[in-house]
Amino acid sequence: MSDVLTFHFDVDGDDFTSAGQASVQIKKSLRQLGISPDTIRRVSIAMYEGEINMVIHAGGGEADVNVTEDQVIIVLTDHGPGIPNIEQAMQEGFSTAPDAIRSLGFGAGMGLPNMKRYTDYMNIESEVGKGTIITMKVNI
Amino acid sequence: MTVIDLCNLEGFREVVLPEPDREIEGVYIGDLLSWVMGKAKSGDAWITIMSNINTIAVATLTDTACIVLAEGVDLDENVRATAEAKGINVISTVYPAYVTALKLSQIL
Repeated sequence: MSDVLTFHFDVDGDDFTSAGQASVQIKKSLRQLGISPDTIRRVSIAMYEGEINMVIHAGGGEADVNVTEDQVIIVLTDHGPGIPNIEQAMQEGFSTAPDAIRSLGFGAGMGLPNMKRYTDYMNIESEVGKGTIITMKVNI
Repeated sequence: MTVIDLCNLEGFREVVLPEPDREIEGVYIGDLLSWVMGKAKSGDAWITIMSNINTIAVATLTDTACIVLAEGVDLDENVRATAEAKGINVISTVYPAYVTALKLSQIL
């Protein structure tokens, strides 16, 4: 299995309104590759949730996407505060987002659960004080 | 029914309609964007009172047929321009979400 396409995005932590640019770009690129609409929807939603999380909690980060013959692999890397209790963070409805974020319609505690729901594989590596790396794979 | 058909009903008006002939296949109501992202289906008319730029991103990702802004909510000019650029239909209605859903239920 060899990589057919790679993408790299810097997610700006200062600009909440521009979050989503990477996932919208990926959506466009996957469509050009002729990948099925359902797969595109799953990839772009999982990635958007990840982008939003990086902006809300980590002051931004990086998104790397590899498209192989049979998988889309998304790696989100940030140098934010880390996740102290991953099991708790994965529960639907659990949220540490501030009120200002909630007023924009986020912070419902659905981000990580949505990312897991829409992907075939998800792994979280996180160290408090150092950052978080999330790897997600969606089968094509 | 299409998005333009909905827009032409009494109490509804166009905010921006780059794809007016898009077919409406269902309805989803919600203001929590992550929740909407997890539940709304492609082709839904999405009823909400959220009108910030992220609303447009969520509509793009979920491929909803249109956003229906309830309670007379409108878009800021920059958000409207983004919706136009991304091909997202946006309608505003004077009705609250419940009444809007009832009206859609009668005609879908």
